[in-house]
Amino acid sequence: MEHPYLFFVKLFELIGLGHFAHAYPHVIYSWIVMAILIVFGYLAAKAVTLIPTKGQNFFEILVSGLEEFSVSVTGEEGRWLFPIVGTVFIYIAACNLIGLVPGFYPPTASLNTTLSCALVVVIYTHIIGVKYHGAKYIKHFLGPVWWMIPIILPIEIIGHLARILSLSFRLFGNMMGHELVLGILFFLAGAFFAPLPIMALGIFVALVQAFVFFLLSIMYFTGAMEHAH
Amino acid sequence: MEATALSFFIACVTAAGFGIAIAAFGCGIGQGLGLRAAVEGIARNPESSGKVTVTLLIGLAMIESLCIYALVVALILIYAHPQAAAIAGLLGH
Repeated sequence: MEHPYLFFVKLFELIGLGHFAHAYPHVIYSWIVMAILIVFGYLAAKAVTLIPTKGQNFFEILVSGLEEFSVSVTGEEGRWLFPIVGTVFIYIAACNLIGLVPGFYPPTASLNTTLSCALVVVIYTHIIGVKYHGAKYIKHFLGPVWWMIPIILPIEIIGHLARILSLSFRLFGNMMGHELVLGILFFLAGAFFAPLPIMALGIFVALVQAFVFFLLSIMYFTGAMEHAH
Repeated sequence: MEATALSFFIACVTAAGFGIAIAAFGCGIGQGLGLRAAVEGIARNPESSGKVTVTLLIGLAMIESLCIYALVVALILIYAHPQAAAIAGLLGH
């Protein structure tokens, strides 16, 4: 499967790092997303006033909306978790949306990016569980009665491993499928602007998938924080 | 051996096609049932339409992800077949 014409990959070819750029376009484009997010964050936070202007307003709505939503799921004690889930949402949404610009490749269309985000979230779940419950965190995996442990423990462990798989593959499959459909439609009927409706659907899918990742992360964190049944 | 290798690959691609078709069939039914319940809920109680819509979208994304797992397996079979090197070798390329 050949990659289409990618703007920054061509740029890297000019500097002479062409082989690296062709093999790892998702790394390069994740750098681009990071640069964009850092620049926007810096610009928004530079002149924070009491009566907000346009840029600050947009970011305030975004961040406070996400924070209130996440606190409504986790409860007030989960407010300290907001930075990581907020970052996950904004990063994944930006990664997904950047794929809609012609000549750009969404980093989340590669399993490496999505697997890294999923691993961070799931490992952090266990860190939260140990932090809140100490050694008694193991009770989360043992079920209600002691004689069902040989059945419930493997199922719970497999369930936790399946979380990594499902988080990463859901995001990867959505983005990769979108890219494939765009590529095939462009090849079949590119002159008639056939990919355009798919790109409109792509905006919706990008935001929904970022939101679903965000929501599942919050629910896993809540599950680790609460008492075992 | 060449004919066997080629027919094996043909079988894999056919299986991929049928697999994603069956997954899309199941996904359509599942999402239709969810959508029916959501629209009935909004019809009964129009004030709850905001919450119902958010819950509906989350549920649809969950169900869709099952179809996407099947899509990923189909794509692996067609484009990233685990035995691609062996098949290419047997086909004499």
